[in-house]
Amino acid sequence: MSGNILIFGEVLNGGLHPTVWQLVSAANQVCDDVSDVALCLTVDGSFDAACVEGIGVGKVVLLEHSDASADSGSGVYSLITGLVSEEVNRSGPGVVLVAKTDAGSVVSARLAARFGAGLASDCIDLALNAEGRVAVTRPVHGGSALAVYEFAGDGLQVVSVRPGAFDPAESVSDVSEIERIDMSGFDESGTAPVLIETVLEDSEGIPLEQADVVVSGGRGLGGPEPFEQLRELCGLLNAALGASRAACDAGWIDHSHQVGLTGKSISPTTYITVGISGASQHMAGCSSARNIVAIDKDREANIFSHARYGVVGDWAKVLPAFTAAVAELD
Amino acid sequence: MKIAVCAKQVPDTDIPASQFKVDEADLRVIPPAGVPPIVNGFDMNAVEAALRLRDSGVECEIVIFSVGTDFALDVMKKPLAIGADRLVLVDDEASEALDTLGTARVLAGAIDRDGGADLVLAGRQASDWDQAHVPIMLSELMSAPLVTLVRGLTVSGDGNGFEVERVAEGGFQRVKCPKPAVMTVTNELGEARYANLRGIMAASRKQPETMSLSDLGLGDLVDGKALEMTRLFVPASESNVEMIEGEDEADSGRMLALKLREAKLI
Repeated sequence: MSGNILIFGEVLNGGLHPTVWQLVSAANQVCDDVSDVALCLTVDGSFDAACVEGIGVGKVVLLEHSDASADSGSGVYSLITGLVSEEVNRSGPGVVLVAKTDAGSVVSARLAARFGAGLASDCIDLALNAEGRVAVTRPVHGGSALAVYEFAGDGLQVVSVRPGAFDPAESVSDVSEIERIDMSGFDESGTAPVLIETVLEDSEGIPLEQADVVVSGGRGLGGPEPFEQLRELCGLLNAALGASRAACDAGWIDHSHQVGLTGKSISPTTYITVGISGASQHMAGCSSARNIVAIDKDREANIFSHARYGVVGDWAKVLPAFTAAVAELD
Repeated sequence: MKIAVCAKQVPDTDIPASQFKVDEADLRVIPPAGVPPIVNGFDMNAVEAALRLRDSGVECEIVIFSVGTDFALDVMKKPLAIGADRLVLVDDEASEALDTLGTARVLAGAIDRDGGADLVLAGRQASDWDQAHVPIMLSELMSAPLVTLVRGLTVSGDGNGFEVERVAEGGFQRVKCPKPAVMTVTNELGEARYANLRGIMAASRKQPETMSLSDLGLGDLVDGKALEMTRLFVPASESNVEMIEGEDEADSGRMLALKLREAKLI
């Protein structure tokens, strides 16, 4: 392939963000020789280098700056973008790989603009084309279609990978070289935005991402009141409560419940949807759900082509009977 | 204050999945007959963010910028109908061949030609190709600070910048940002207001200012594309749904519960 791969890995609480191991898998898919793969991390004193043990890359580059953690959690990402840019200048990779997280989205697009590079984002598969450049597969139109894009020209290739699309790489016994680079003199604060505070909001009930059963409501519910019935069902099933973007945007339920492309990605064993038509943008957030159970009045709704079980009918009649029967089961 | 809002014309996302078709040879989406395009929903959230700044007492001119071709004018005038002041269209067939960095360069050129802006807003991503590149790249090209996923926005007390709430994992972040700035807006900000009749009439009398890539001195941009789409297809999906039909809807609900228990899914 054309040139080496530089992975920008995110640091979380002094260790590696889970996507870093997935990025190593992605790199392996287009590069046989791990000595051509370097992992760069922006770190400060809180970083414990033991966490890179076993990671299958040729070299780990630690870009040391005392504000690295603060910037990683700032939502602004000016410093880490600057540090990674310096590393790209220094090591001249052919490909930069990042995860499409909040930080990765910003860093990748800013790098691409800075270096006049091509950028393929939110990729779910990677390969090499006949010219040895990267070819990617990515969902488009909210997941209604897939597109293959190939890099052209000799410029830098920046690729962001959808979190969860690649399995984490296996740990290896070889020890990678660790290079520490003192970046303490680097300053990109200039006109950067400044984080005032991060406010964590208490999520109601079981976190969507961890739930084994999720119950979601959509536009078909017609208002906020029916979500009370869904909450009751969630209580019986020990389920998390989700919603479609339409229901959130209508103000029927808080956006923290939104499942979908721009909301949360869930992977429950059982996903029960009520009054959700199944637009591709919604399905993009539940493609890892193992069994979808749909209640909707429209037999032609897209949700039924993804569902394992379905009931066509008015939710106001189906749901109370369903909930009552569930209550009797226990 | 001048606010530029970047808005993209995209196919309507509200069509049934069965009507979503692509032309695999031409690498394009075939819009269903009779369904007009829309302004990208997240871009309408961005227009709403601008209008709320005005509602809060900030004197501002709001200018919509769009790059594309085959514009449906009544669609692109929708932001004007709810209160934006002007519409600038870079209308050029060649724009179809732009990659995202090219599009960002064209927007930067158009905004610059219009005298710049104190704030550039755009939707967090466009619902057609879902790339979420352009506003971030624009911030680099304009050397302006960037805040993504904005759900709330006010002008700071001293008037020299903005106080922003952005969506973050598990909550939100409050950020202070100097101007000029580039921000991406998310649907959590709230839906765009409806147009009233007066707004629609006023918009219908306004004409967009149009320009081509060469008017911006960017006619050669399309030659240097760094990323080419080489395949576009709708993945095959096999439905194996089992429909539960009882004597009436309530009976279907009961039977569904029993079925799910039997299958050990609940």
